[in-house]
Amino acid sequence: MARNVSTGTKIGFTFAAWAIALLLFSPILWVLLTAFKTEAEAIANSPTFLPQNFTLENFSAVQDRSDYVKHATNSILVSVGSTLLGLAIGIPAAWAMAFAPTKRTKDVLMWMLSTKMMPAVGVLIPIYLIFRDLRLLDTVHGLTLIMTVINLPIIIWMLYTYFKEIPVDILEAARMDGAELYNEIVHVLVPMAVPGIASTLLLNVILAWNEAFWSITLTSGRAGTLTAFISSFSSPQGLFLAKLSAASLLAIAPILLMGWFSQKQLVRGLTFGAVK
Amino acid sequence: MATAQTRTLSRIMMAPAVIVLLIWMIVPLVMTLWFSFQNYSLINPMMTGFAGWANYIYVLGDPSFTQSLVNTLILVGGVLAITVIGGTFLALLLDQPIWGQGILRIIVISPFFVMPPVAALIWKNGFMHPGYGVLAHLFEFFGLEPVDWFNQYPLFSVVIIVAWQWLPFATLILLTALQSLSEEQREAAEMDGANAINRFYHIILPHMARSITIVILIQTIFLLGIFAEIRVTTGGGPGYASTNIAFLVFRTGILSNDIGAGSAGGVVAVVIANIVAFFLMRAVGKNLDA
Repeated sequence: MARNVSTGTKIGFTFAAWAIALLLFSPILWVLLTAFKTEAEAIANSPTFLPQNFTLENFSAVQDRSDYVKHATNSILVSVGSTLLGLAIGIPAAWAMAFAPTKRTKDVLMWMLSTKMMPAVGVLIPIYLIFRDLRLLDTVHGLTLIMTVINLPIIIWMLYTYFKEIPVDILEAARMDGAELYNEIVHVLVPMAVPGIASTLLLNVILAWNEAFWSITLTSGRAGTLTAFISSFSSPQGLFLAKLSAASLLAIAPILLMGWFSQKQLVRGLTFGAVK
Repeated sequence: MATAQTRTLSRIMMAPAVIVLLIWMIVPLVMTLWFSFQNYSLINPMMTGFAGWANYIYVLGDPSFTQSLVNTLILVGGVLAITVIGGTFLALLLDQPIWGQGILRIIVISPFFVMPPVAALIWKNGFMHPGYGVLAHLFEFFGLEPVDWFNQYPLFSVVIIVAWQWLPFATLILLTALQSLSEEQREAAEMDGANAINRFYHIILPHMARSITIVILIQTIFLLGIFAEIRVTTGGGPGYASTNIAFLVFRTGILSNDIGAGSAGGVVAVVIANIVAFFLMRAVGKNLDA
């Protein structure tokens, strides 16, 4: 951006942008600050900005009372597990469609995308009953399966748009040099495909981590993920505001960090490659 | 180039994905359709058999359905209006020469990564609580009566929470689109003496039109299914004041154990989503050729 503007204009724009950005960020800042306050301070009549009596006891209380670590473990298992499973199914499919396209490839891709349009409530009841009968309700592997299926179209689409950008000429050049199929894949294709796969992995872990519909309806105490766990705070008893903040902070911090790193790829993933 | 061998190989490579998605698309949906024509209640197991259109008449005829449909439209429309207009404005602002652009981008996108229950509970307890919420303190500071948001304006409160989550998404997509507008195009317009408003209407807006369409369509798909935000804040109430179609199906099918009626509601939700999806697929499909 090499546009010439006066310093005054730049100061004005900068001020306005920061003001709006901080306003949008304020709920997250509130969580960050409240998590380190005592419960009494959190609901005090004269509110404080920074914690007056900095404390870490909310974090240990959350763990003691409701076993935070168990829910976090479930979240990790479901989000990472479903993403890896999705990649295992999605990579071959996207690979085939990108490197050996046929007349029907476009239709297949559109059809896969269309399964993502189906509203979850449209199939909630049968899935709930099937899960009940197969004893999959409130299990980590049951939720992992659902999460794999609902994110599979996004995984395939994202991988497809990345693989599509790998120049096919490079394969022919390698072949001319007498490369074996094995060498071709390991030394030429894999290094070019890895960044795309990594971005896909990152975005899908984020999506699965934050997924709230199936986690809330299909799990409870045993296999509950962090989304289900936090939801259980909706009908609280006693002093809880600081503890809610501590639990929330732990639930969003890792994903916030991952999100900051992947925000460029996020655009491509969430618009199915339509905006890059 | 595609020999018979590679064709067979690529079919095998695609098979798992196609089979999984085929099962996912057909089995539950057929079951929902089947249940929607059955008398099937977990509370009253004696009631069985073919129900005809009874479930549909029951669901569609109930005032709660009309209200949920209207609420769904308000929810989707309200959030879209806030996020698209706000997102365009914010993207334009962030595209200006400012200090700390990179950090600002990260700060602005942050709410999008906050999981829905956390977002809803922060707003419910930290900001909109009539006793100790930040907004209540602000109102008191200005000598105003604190508002009991979720009882007085339940649907509006949900709109605010959801808009907060999706404004960053719209901003990020539109900013990305804006930054792909070439510098030459802008400079040419400036040289021609076009003022800021003319440049916005004749160059920037047409350039962003496609991205705005995509933002609207993708958000609509997600907004039709808003669930967790309602579940942890209002529970759909008071009455049905903040119940949308998605939550109505959950209430009928899972909370009230009426499988038949819940399924009929589910079918209606699928029909509504299909109408939206039709337009989304056309928009995305067009971009595939490009």
